[in-house]
Amino acid sequence: MPQSIPHDSVGLVEPQTLSVSTPLELECGRVLPAYDLVYETYGTLNADASNAVLICHALSGHHHAAGYHSMAEKRPGWWDTCIGPGKVIDTNRFFVVSLNNLGGCHGSTGPGSINPETGQPWGPDFPMMTVKDWVNSQARLADHLGIQRWAAVVGGSMGGMQALQWSVDYPDRVAHAVVIAAAPKLSAQNIAFNEVARQSILTDPNFHGGRYYLHDTYPRQGLILARMVGHITYLSDDAMRMKFGRDLRSGRFHFGFDVEFQVESYLRHQGETFSRNFDANTYLLMTKALDYFDPAREFDHSLEQAMAKPTCKFLVMSFTSDWRFAPERSREIVDALMHAGRDVSYAEIDTPKGHDAFLLDIPEYIKLFGAYMHRVAEEVNPS
Amino acid sequence: MTALRDDLNLISNWIPRQATLLDLGCGEGSLLAHLKAEKDIRGYGLEINQDNLAACFEKGVNVIEQDLDQGLHNFQDKRFDYVVMTQALQAVLRPDQILSEMLRVGREAIITFPNFGHWRIRAFLGFKGRMPVSTALPYQWYDTPNIHLCTVRDFENHCRHNGIRILERQVLNRHHHSGLLARRWPNLFGEVALYRVTL
Repeated sequence: MPQSIPHDSVGLVEPQTLSVSTPLELECGRVLPAYDLVYETYGTLNADASNAVLICHALSGHHHAAGYHSMAEKRPGWWDTCIGPGKVIDTNRFFVVSLNNLGGCHGSTGPGSINPETGQPWGPDFPMMTVKDWVNSQARLADHLGIQRWAAVVGGSMGGMQALQWSVDYPDRVAHAVVIAAAPKLSAQNIAFNEVARQSILTDPNFHGGRYYLHDTYPRQGLILARMVGHITYLSDDAMRMKFGRDLRSGRFHFGFDVEFQVESYLRHQGETFSRNFDANTYLLMTKALDYFDPAREFDHSLEQAMAKPTCKFLVMSFTSDWRFAPERSREIVDALMHAGRDVSYAEIDTPKGHDAFLLDIPEYIKLFGAYMHRVAEEVNPS
Repeated sequence: MTALRDDLNLISNWIPRQATLLDLGCGEGSLLAHLKAEKDIRGYGLEINQDNLAACFEKGVNVIEQDLDQGLHNFQDKRFDYVVMTQALQAVLRPDQILSEMLRVGREAIITFPNFGHWRIRAFLGFKGRMPVSTALPYQWYDTPNIHLCTVRDFENHCRHNGIRILERQVLNRHHHSGLLARRWPNLFGEVALYRVTL
């Protein structure tokens, strides 16, 4: 709980809900007749609506990116490090919009919402979402807020993929795309990890074919396992070594299968916390959206051709120890953009923190990201 | 716009409007920013120093974090009209390889380097018997990034033996002017050498 709101925080924030009644045609061929999008905004939209920044969230993210919902909230929003007055994404200059993606479990329409046709939760009947579908739904939110063109669309990991998709699908509506710790598509290894996560959920006896809501239970164990395997990929070998090494909880071996090593304890704790706050169907859906992501597919599998469509400027950033989406993956994006003659800048942040680094207060990262966003702010409104 | 370094100013005169350009070791992006504003060029800088990257970001200059010693393998043949490298040739692991990479990726290459044949440098070594230290080369032997220094004559010799055509040469004296002595005896009176070359 914050004793008082820090001076560089956006303060207390309240989520809002946009109910869209225009049907959304999805890539899978199905149509979502109506849907809710829950979102937060920070800062003030300027008169010509040119200072808006869209934040796209990662796999387990949501709309609450900065500030506090109440004085009782233990921790601020998930990207509070980067969003706030005077911070990298400076809310004194930008109007920041952060939403929960469709299919999510934090307020936007998703598998846990009621399907109007049946009166029951959608569960496994909820249509499969893709990054493209999310971008289309985000464009409806932009319309609603009167934002014709984003000053920047920004995201890390899966969020970076959305930023990239925005630049391809709505070139006129994006001035800058900031793509952090992302990849132009998932590798076989990435998909393999996602599949392990999905199988752990799908095979949990409490999954009930995705209709666990009706059985008043949820696949807790499956979610824990899914998160544990995911979490390993978010950290680097070095980060784990530094954080836990081979430390034992009680200082000696017990010759059993209870938690002995600190790293086991940490992973179980991460898994358990996550399982209490996340919906299993959403996890399945989000990992599939990741697997399907491949903007080059529509362009004869040529990323260069895909990158000929955007007109915005790009910042791409990666982290040296990230092995989930390693720097080479970001360089694929950068090379394709350069090949296509697009404006792009690229920085590789030297850190042992792994994939999660994009959420952390790493001085070099903050400095470079801040320098770029400062330029974006200057273009919108010279200080 | 702040005044450009003298050598950058000369380079800027060599580059026509709307050219495409790759600047190796672009520093704070001054040349690219200048050429973008004045000549509407499009291009990228390569740089590894993160303070310099930040400066480029602030200027709105396209800059890619990439180590020149890893080569330019990610750029296709003749991708750029010009590949520029100012005051970095002497600091790379293999100047010969980077030079041939520059001429693969660019139609022309522009190179500047401190001339190790300058009379003051010769005198420093000749009379003092110590590794030369000057305003153009301000480092001590143990901390210098300049590991492959060459003279005007070395460079031209290398070009001759590798089929590299010198299209233009400018040699600047200590005051960064193209003085009479530097024009007449470049290897002796030139402190900074600038070349525009092609294959």
